[in-house]
Amino acid sequence: MCLAVPGQVLSVAGEAPYGLTGRVSFGGVVKEVSLAYVPDARPGEYVIVHVGFALSKVDETEANRVFEYIRAIGELDELTEDQP
Amino acid sequence: MEKNNVTRDSANRPTTHPCPPDHSDGNGVFPVCPVPHAANQTIQMAHGGGGRRSRELLENCFLSAFANPALNFLHDGAVLEVGEETLAFSTDSHVVSPLFFPGGDIGKLAVWGTVNDLLMCGAQPLWLSAGFILEEGLPMETLQRVVDSMRTAALESGVTLVTGDTKVVDRGKGDGLYINTSGIGRIACREVGPARIRPGDAVLISGDLARHGIAVMALREGLDFENEIASDCACLARPVQALFEAGIDVHCLRDLTRGGLASALVEIATDTCMDCRIEETSISVDPTVRGACELLGLDPLHVANEGRFVAFLPPEQAEKACSILATFESSVAIIGTVTPSSPDTRGRVILKSPIGVDRIVDMLSGEQLPRIC
Amino acid sequence: MDEYRDAADARRFARAIARVTTRPWKIMEVCGGQTHAIVRFGIEDLLPDGVTLIHGPGCPVCVTPVEMIDKAIELAGRSEVILCSFGDMLRVPGSRTSLLEAKAAGGRVKVVYSPMKAVELARANPDREVVFFAVGFETTAPANAMAVFQAARDGLENFSMLASHVLVPPAMEAILAAPGNEVRGFLGAGHVCAVMGIDEYRPLARRYGVPIVVTGFEPLDLLHGIHLCVKQLEEGRADVENQYVRSVRPEGNLKAMELMREVFVVGPRTWRGIGSIPDSGLVLRETYRDFDAERRFGPTDSHTEETSECISGLVLQGRRKPFECPAFGARCTPDQPLGAPMVSSEGACAAYYRYRGDHLETSETSYGGDHGKE
Repeated sequence: MCLAVPGQVLSVAGEAPYGLTGRVSFGGVVKEVSLAYVPDARPGEYVIVHVGFALSKVDETEANRVFEYIRAIGELDELTEDQP
Repeated sequence: MEKNNVTRDSANRPTTHPCPPDHSDGNGVFPVCPVPHAANQTIQMAHGGGGRRSRELLENCFLSAFANPALNFLHDGAVLEVGEETLAFSTDSHVVSPLFFPGGDIGKLAVWGTVNDLLMCGAQPLWLSAGFILEEGLPMETLQRVVDSMRTAALESGVTLVTGDTKVVDRGKGDGLYINTSGIGRIACREVGPARIRPGDAVLISGDLARHGIAVMALREGLDFENEIASDCACLARPVQALFEAGIDVHCLRDLTRGGLASALVEIATDTCMDCRIEETSISVDPTVRGACELLGLDPLHVANEGRFVAFLPPEQAEKACSILATFESSVAIIGTVTPSSPDTRGRVILKSPIGVDRIVDMLSGEQLPRIC
Repeated sequence: MDEYRDAADARRFARAIARVTTRPWKIMEVCGGQTHAIVRFGIEDLLPDGVTLIHGPGCPVCVTPVEMIDKAIELAGRSEVILCSFGDMLRVPGSRTSLLEAKAAGGRVKVVYSPMKAVELARANPDREVVFFAVGFETTAPANAMAVFQAARDGLENFSMLASHVLVPPAMEAILAAPGNEVRGFLGAGHVCAVMGIDEYRPLARRYGVPIVVTGFEPLDLLHGIHLCVKQLEEGRADVENQYVRSVRPEGNLKAMELMREVFVVGPRTWRGIGSIPDSGLVLRETYRDFDAERRFGPTDSHTEETSECISGLVLQGRRKPFECPAFGARCTPDQPLGAPMVSSEGACAAYYRYRGDHLETSETSYGGDHGKE
């Protein structure tokens, strides 16, 4: 439900709380997005955007969690596969 | 000269078709248009969208009314014998809104649309007609800009505009102006069309996808993108002619317009009863265009193009064809191959997703609309 | 984003899921966006035979009741009204026609990308009534709340909202409480949780003994979520877990929830194909009732007939697969939909039709769940 897409904040303008906006880049296409709900988003950070509103910041320290998880199971994988 | 013995005798043409759509009762008498269709009694935008609805309208209404061997062939244009000559004849109407957009305008589209259709028949485009439907109140300056653009486009593609017509409709009854163009081209020596596609053929695309549809939608729907996305609107004469001049045995060409790559391939797969297997990761979409597609929830495979084509050719010539096309456009790619279809299905387009799983590609259904969910 | 679509990692996950699975499990992905990704990328083909995904009711346009659509069509037909809607709502059939057909018949229907666009339109057209057809789950509610809030603040008297807002947890509860429920675990809707947080799912997990793994939308997210869910099931746990940590904070988005509460209150809602579920939707608070299109233009009919052949209710509850419907692919296609799930690209029926090509098959054996599995 709800197509929400990550984009990178390029710059921030307007007044908090409700007028705060950001220029957000989605793979290069730039669109103005409301930052009213994510007022602490800073240029360079990624936000998840739905119908013109940023809904959350993407935590980059957590962005690799999926890969770390699969790497951990992957090693297990090889161990079990090595066994006859 | 022909590798396989496809005869040009138009009466025989359908028999060279692996499974021609059967619109004839065999006696040259065709049933009348079976409309009204099911529940929908009026024309919807989707009937002009290049997807399934367009196809239904074509098959249910026009083909059954006008069916004849040249029309039944269902290619970008008709191929006709006139004495010793083989001619290609094609027509296209243009109703784009807005009239001017980054990378092109309605004038370029009108000239190149028909020129490209002729090229897809393997023809050298020669002559063009233009019919203008103008809305009362259209600024003369706008018309002049469009006409200038058409003149440049015609010069660039080597066609001459030899006849035309103008009509004016009441204010409010047209988006400024509509243009219909028809074109005639000469087919020199080579049969090009779906009937020549063979299992094993390589499938090439001549550049990245989805620019035109996104460029126009961004303007029309007021999406307020900060940066401009330019249409891929282009004349395909030079790349296509370069393929022929290099002696590439092109089996089939199809330009990608409304309905996108998906609709073009599904049409061809259906008409030839062969499967078309393509890989999503080999299809190039500009990052900006991809970003816009993600944002709007559109599949780039369904988005319109105006300067891209797909080519079917023998696999051993694919690399050479690629390097020829790459001199005109980056992101030229071999995206897949033709395989025989399983006996119990019609031809299908099968796409290998980025995670390596096959899925079916379908035609665009209905009008393309930005979605939120 | 491409790194979340890596084929080698996807296969690693597939092997890992196969390794932890010892018994058959039915897992429901709640959100239509997840259904769309699962079908588009072919995730089901990577799963072991025992793991079956059931597609949930999380498609906002699919669950919008017929009478609401009829009301929107009626409003679009009024000369003074501009009806604004998200694009995906346009093709959904009401009891007789769709908004798209209403548009073809001369109705003033405008597709908007954001509800704020509707507010702008109201500002720019003071002599017209701008009605925004506000559908959506918790993800869309903050945006729609902002539209009403700003219209109120600016004193825009020609803006109103035809609201059909629904909430996820009551729908999950309705599925779990239904007799004959087979769902043993959930992939929670990542973007809903980005707004609402994950705590409201704990009572559900506890009461019904089902694991709920809040999951993202990329192929590797989904496979990761499925792995975590199967692992819990096999270990006999029923916890709320967060796979989508990069975007979902446990407490959700407090600012967004604050404005939602300012504008909306929880109330009963009718779900298309499912029926009325208590406390399952959001309605405008009394202070904002002037912006309620139903108050301004009259209420919607309470009862409208659904096409009898459509089994969308059963599909939305995950009790039937789309291809088990007799109309699927024959009398019901994306071009001529009988029910909403065939319309939205998030709808389970449309997703099956479009990406699996099930309608192209002739033999029924291909539906046995071994669709091209390795």
